[in-house]
Amino acid sequence: MTFATPALPSRSLHFNPQLKRNRTDKLFTSIAALFSVIAVLPLLLVLVYVLIQGGKLISVSLFTQLPPAPGLEGGGIANAIIGTFVVTLVASLIAIPVGVGGGIFLAEYSSSGWFAQFIRVGNDILAGVPSIICGVFVYSAIVATRLFFGQSYSALAGGIALAVLMLPTVIKTTDEALKLVPQELSWGAIGVGASKFVTITRITLPSAFTPIATGVVLAIARAAGETAPLIFTALFSPFWPEGLLNPIASMSVLIFNFAIMPYEAQNSLAWAASFVLVMLILGANLLARFIRRFASS
Amino acid sequence: MVIRSESGQDQFTLRNRPRSERTIDVGFKLLTIVLASLVAVVLLSIFLTVFNGAQEAMASFGLSFLVTSGWDPVNSQYGAFTAIYGTLVTSLLALLIAVPISLGTAIFITENLIPRNLREVIGMMVELLAAIPSVVLGLWAIFVMEPLLRPFLQFLYQSLGWFPLFSSPPQGPGVAPAVLILVVMILPIMTAISRDALNQVPMELRQGAYGVGSTRWIAIFNVILPAAISSIIGGVMLALGRAMGETMAVTMIIGNSNNFSWSLLAPGNTISAMLANQFGEADGIQVSALLYAALILMVLTFAVNILAQWIVGKFSLKYN
Repeated sequence: MTFATPALPSRSLHFNPQLKRNRTDKLFTSIAALFSVIAVLPLLLVLVYVLIQGGKLISVSLFTQLPPAPGLEGGGIANAIIGTFVVTLVASLIAIPVGVGGGIFLAEYSSSGWFAQFIRVGNDILAGVPSIICGVFVYSAIVATRLFFGQSYSALAGGIALAVLMLPTVIKTTDEALKLVPQELSWGAIGVGASKFVTITRITLPSAFTPIATGVVLAIARAAGETAPLIFTALFSPFWPEGLLNPIASMSVLIFNFAIMPYEAQNSLAWAASFVLVMLILGANLLARFIRRFASS
Repeated sequence: MVIRSESGQDQFTLRNRPRSERTIDVGFKLLTIVLASLVAVVLLSIFLTVFNGAQEAMASFGLSFLVTSGWDPVNSQYGAFTAIYGTLVTSLLALLIAVPISLGTAIFITENLIPRNLREVIGMMVELLAAIPSVVLGLWAIFVMEPLLRPFLQFLYQSLGWFPLFSSPPQGPGVAPAVLILVVMILPIMTAISRDALNQVPMELRQGAYGVGSTRWIAIFNVILPAAISSIIGGVMLALGRAMGETMAVTMIIGNSNNFSWSLLAPGNTISAMLANQFGEADGIQVSALLYAALILMVLTFAVNILAQWIVGKFSLKYN
């Protein structure tokens, strides 16, 4: 029995760029390349403008002086820089213990129970709640009711609003990081007689440290740039911070307030604050990347 | 209890767990339960706070709040139609522009079209864009993007002014610049989710497609995209939720006008922008009306997020 082999023209096996399908392929590749350029362009443009407009104002007085009164020149954003650190610190002190604890429960105690599933769904919904709603909530619950020692607007309220925003990220990161720790590690620990508490705090949690730390750093960086939850909780203050129970300035609210003012000096301070804020946040992001790479190598 | 071996030496000591150790164990478990429950408590109290505060406005304006567009603090007449329309139109238009761009970028950085190093750089830049605070993008939009955009919007008005969407002269802040800044804000999340979805498509599917002689883009359109489509749609819905709730950049560039206009070139408003501008100074029934609007926003984002999770769970193709 013989097979008749069709005589293939040998050139049909060669790549022919003139074919219609190869030309459409090339066209789509160029469109995808163009779209990638469009996607990257805003980052470059924003960074360039922030560096140029904000960078030219970088000086010692920027970090040591208070913002000027409207209409006056000069001044700095020292109080806002301190304020951003204070508010973000308060938020971290609340959100990290609560989030890591909640994540431990989800991953270690009740991975597939109905309550854990319910909390996971709730956590996803909380992550989707718009940040301005967090601000409205904390305003209605804490600021308007004067919950803390009869004080209304306060740095503490701002920190709590940011903590509500950070919480879902921290819980999700912890939950997923702990689930990646090999089961054998905790079996081994329990096998040599460690209690569940010791197993979690000495074995499981330390081995999941890197991914949790990465997630937490990213959550803090995001919180530091948030404005919407702060505008009517921490408010703003043109003065030096006066403790946790008084209104406090922050860089993000300063940018918002000063950007819409009709004064040149305020506008340029807004750019300078953007410069400092963007540098801090990009720095934190690069730090998170570094932690990840350092751990994986 | 002590187990002795034949030689009489102690080999293994079984001890009862001390009471303190058990107390710590149980206490720690209870602590984590309480901390985890805080999520539910916070979520519930957010909803109840907004719902309670909105009661007064719901009683006095009813459902007509959704379809009337007056916002008059002097006469206490409130209708949120302008803001609801603004929220929907800005986020949907932003989605329309961002979907092809982010999908194209995601394909470009997953499908081996360019060297790996270059792919990683583009991927990292898109991720860093997500880290830029919204308020900084708003500042950039006011002072850089809007002046650059204005001649183009002016041209749109002059040539297409008969069309309702372009029927007013651009005056600076407006709906169109707000849409563009929203595009910038949702691009990273959509690109990241689409990229993960494309990366999860098994290599065998690509090999099969190339093996039967499809070109790269025939494989992408007919095999790879259909395999990843549910996660991509889920990502699109998540981005829609983000866009609807996005506050600062939009507040700074949309113009905050409560007069309804079909035109994209005119100033408009969104629910979140309205909250950011008025909530701090409002009192009486205005607070209630704002909380009513906040409730609508919450319900909208809630519905979109639930739908996103449902789509991903229901339609995602499962591979080992």
